[in-house]
Amino acid sequence: MKKWIALMLVLSLAIFAIGCQKATKQQTTDTTGDTKEPYKIGAVVSATGPAGPLGEPEKKTLEMIVEQINKDGGVDGHQIELFIEDDESNPTNATTAVSKLIDEKGVIAIIGGTTTPSTLAMKPETAKVKVPHIAMAAGIKVTEAPNEWIFRTAQSDAIAVQKVIDYLSKTLKVKKFAILHDSNAFGQSGATELQGRAPGAGMEVVGVESYKTEDTDLTAQLTKIKGSGAEVVVVWGTNPSPAIAAKNMKQLNMTIPFVGSHGIANKSFITLAGTAADGVVFPAAKILVPASAAGEQKDAIDKFIADYTAKYAEGPNSFAGHAYDAIHILVQALEKAGSDNEALRDAIQETQGFNGISGIFNYGADDHDGLKTSDMIMVEIKDGKWTEKK
Amino acid sequence: MTSGRRGRLNKQWLWVGLYALTMAIIPNVLANNYYMKMLIVLAINTIIVIGLNLLMGYAGQVSLGHAAFYGIGAYSSAIMTTKYGMSAWLGIVAAILVGGLVAYLIAIPALRLKGHYLAMATLGFAEIVHILFIELREITGGTDGLYGVPAPSIAGFAFDTPQRLYVLVWMVLVICLVMALNIAKSRVGRALRAVHGSEIAAASMGVDTAKYKIQVFVLSGILACVGGSLYASMAGYVSSESFTLTVSITLVTMAVCGGMGNVWGAVIGASTLTIMQEYLKSYNDYNLVIFGAILILAMVFMPQGIYGAFSDLAKKLKHRLQAIPETAGEQHAAS
Amino acid sequence: MQFDQLLQFIISGITSGSIYALIALGFTLIYNSTQVINLAQGEFVVYGGLIAVSLYAGAGLPLFAAVLLSIIIVTLIGVVFERLAIRPLINHSIMTLIIVTVGASILFKNIAMIIWGRDPLTIPAFSGDDPIMFFGASIIPQSIWVFGITMVTVVLLQLFYKKTITGKAMKACSINQTAAKLMGINSSSIVLLSFALSAAFGAIAGVLIAPISMVSYSMGGFLGLKGFAGAVLGGLGNPIGAVVGGILLGILESLSIGFIASGYKDAVAFLILLLVLFLRPSGILGARIKEKV
Repeated sequence: MKKWIALMLVLSLAIFAIGCQKATKQQTTDTTGDTKEPYKIGAVVSATGPAGPLGEPEKKTLEMIVEQINKDGGVDGHQIELFIEDDESNPTNATTAVSKLIDEKGVIAIIGGTTTPSTLAMKPETAKVKVPHIAMAAGIKVTEAPNEWIFRTAQSDAIAVQKVIDYLSKTLKVKKFAILHDSNAFGQSGATELQGRAPGAGMEVVGVESYKTEDTDLTAQLTKIKGSGAEVVVVWGTNPSPAIAAKNMKQLNMTIPFVGSHGIANKSFITLAGTAADGVVFPAAKILVPASAAGEQKDAIDKFIADYTAKYAEGPNSFAGHAYDAIHILVQALEKAGSDNEALRDAIQETQGFNGISGIFNYGADDHDGLKTSDMIMVEIKDGKWTEKK
Repeated sequence: MTSGRRGRLNKQWLWVGLYALTMAIIPNVLANNYYMKMLIVLAINTIIVIGLNLLMGYAGQVSLGHAAFYGIGAYSSAIMTTKYGMSAWLGIVAAILVGGLVAYLIAIPALRLKGHYLAMATLGFAEIVHILFIELREITGGTDGLYGVPAPSIAGFAFDTPQRLYVLVWMVLVICLVMALNIAKSRVGRALRAVHGSEIAAASMGVDTAKYKIQVFVLSGILACVGGSLYASMAGYVSSESFTLTVSITLVTMAVCGGMGNVWGAVIGASTLTIMQEYLKSYNDYNLVIFGAILILAMVFMPQGIYGAFSDLAKKLKHRLQAIPETAGEQHAAS
Repeated sequence: MQFDQLLQFIISGITSGSIYALIALGFTLIYNSTQVINLAQGEFVVYGGLIAVSLYAGAGLPLFAAVLLSIIIVTLIGVVFERLAIRPLINHSIMTLIIVTVGASILFKNIAMIIWGRDPLTIPAFSGDDPIMFFGASIIPQSIWVFGITMVTVVLLQLFYKKTITGKAMKACSINQTAAKLMGINSSSIVLLSFALSAAFGAIAGVLIAPISMVSYSMGGFLGLKGFAGAVLGGLGNPIGAVVGGILLGILESLSIGFIASGYKDAVAFLILLLVLFLRPSGILGARIKEKV
């Protein structure tokens, strides 16, 4: 009897889930009655798993932008058909997902992944079958040679770290700092870069501590840093750990400045850290303080924030911006070159002066990152609001 | 009685042949990289789950740490090929040697532990290995992992496309399956299975359980390493994120769902769950909700696993069919 | 290393360790009545925290009402889970039941993701954020709450085992289920009670840590792992052992941050756990080993 009750419950849940799935499924068939073949584009994001908070806004953005483009008549009359795969933050899934998109769905270009390991798992595959690939992950190895087919829209860790190094050595004028980083790909890459660039700016790294993403308390790491003589602590990770660190520093009565990474460029950090967030400084894209952008880039940012907020009832973060830039750069190249893979790749590489959310993109044969340090700003949290720190 | 068993064994090999044939035909029907990759993943999972099935179903030991061996296999291959420029074959050999050695070293103290204590020990071991993958950056590349792992090749023929690699993986799978079936029908295998993994009973039948358990543990570790090594060849890239606790638990789930105590259970469990997980991905956020629900239901309705449920069903049917012509058949079926 | 620094490491360890201890207690209860390791234990913690967030920030209830109500709701979830998924299988192999808990953890986790989203959430600390100084080391009031409630819980549990009929019956079941049944103890309701209590303990852990470490749908697996490790370290089946094991695990982690390297803290803690197991195969305070075959 009870078995049957369980069965009924779960069946209804499954039917419910299928219903939801149908309801949210995007209308991808063209409404204009156009006879041109649609352009198929594939994306691999980490919508669930540990990187879910990064991947989900990327997914939402891609869906929103493609809907907008299709409503406006598509690309040269071609509708865009978007296929999104979730790798659950596991690179193994990313390798099969990219094959599914290319071989089964027949996509002409790939966007993604969200994390560096997933992207690195996809990179050899897109290169092998020669499909243009725009990544949204920050790790330096993503666009390292061989990089013929891969581009990216996230600020590479090198840029964000350089921004922090400049801030530490030129604005704060400190000599010694400590690093507290997540042991995941994002944190480890940032920490390695910081250590590599500090001596060049005349600074010494006096402590490097790491934590696991789910750790509940960071006072032990901070106690160690407190005793290291550091003048600043640089925290490299994504929520919630940096918020825990900010609270823990307050508890330990540590008054040295807290400098974050672009991983905390979201409202969630301010909500979680509460008053401990005040005075925190971190590098970020201009989308956080739209006033810091100018001209066409500012218009693009303002429109994106307005559209996203209208559709999803929450503001976009910088990860959403990576997806915005990726799909727009791809669409521009499609307009210019059509769907032939070599021509499309060359068109992406020739992207110049594209006003994106993360910056003004200028790709070239030896630059598949396209951004400069001036595309990022240092942001300070004051009374729970973001302001540009000059 | 003896002729009956021989008949069953012959049937066993018939099934192996049929399975091998099916796995060989599939690529001709579904020839695209995606399906090939999925089949490779399926075959790798099957290889690992066969090892777990022997460990759990025959030796009565639970391991929540097989992702570690999976990872050790993958990293050994990747390190040997990308850092030392060895051929992929040597990578596989290295994976087997390293994995076997690690499994042996951990088996000696660990198998003194019982039940959940052993599960915890293997789990702790896997966590340590996972941390080493992340922290030993000079060797493992840290969280960036290692990429550019080459595919194996024989005399100029490289297994470098999913179609070609599938052939290799498929051959390895069949070898592993035949080996496992042989072990299962060996004297020790039968003895342990007959007493449902009870050590005392097996020991009283003259089986050196400690030695046997270590052997099975090492074998299952090696199988996971072989799987990892093949995985590295397929993906060309190895990262610590592919060898987490979730992966260990998924592998055990495959073994239990398929049905323990029979090697075919491993084949069925790994195949069913791999296909189901991939299929459910189209449900996006609801994917794992449905998966979790199916898992609970599967256990509630088939507590002995899929193999157990079907062999019960088959027995019942046989019983019913035999009961009609001759009443003596009842006794036969019950034995 | 100065004294106040060392003290701070120990206090940090006790803060995390008390949480592990509460989760370990949940494992112990279910283990005692069914010999099952409930791999969904961490999800009870997550639900405790997330439901409290919804009741407090969403429904606008006062903090303590939100916390209490959340614990009650999660207890009910534990009861429903036991009735629907554990009860029908209670006479099957332990491995089957463990896989059911695996399924439940996947199910719970992803339902939580759909309901509460992917971002971590938090509630205010029970009695403010101002740290208290203690011989040069600092403690936040919430840590004292965590430690205190863990202690009160284990004492109450011991009293329950020793003084009440139900508690004695529960203990009897954990020692020998068949004999207990023959003595007329209703083991079915004992199993139900153990799931209810263990869900409640999980939820208590969840509401206690929500202000310290935030809660997100995905943290259940990690917390469950730590709780399981604590329970095994102390000796499965012994509530005092669970608390000792959990707190010891927390202290080991924070001392390895202090003396070795933070990247290896979990590795060091697990290595010591393995050594303890190899020397004492049933944990620090573990009783003799019994196995259901």
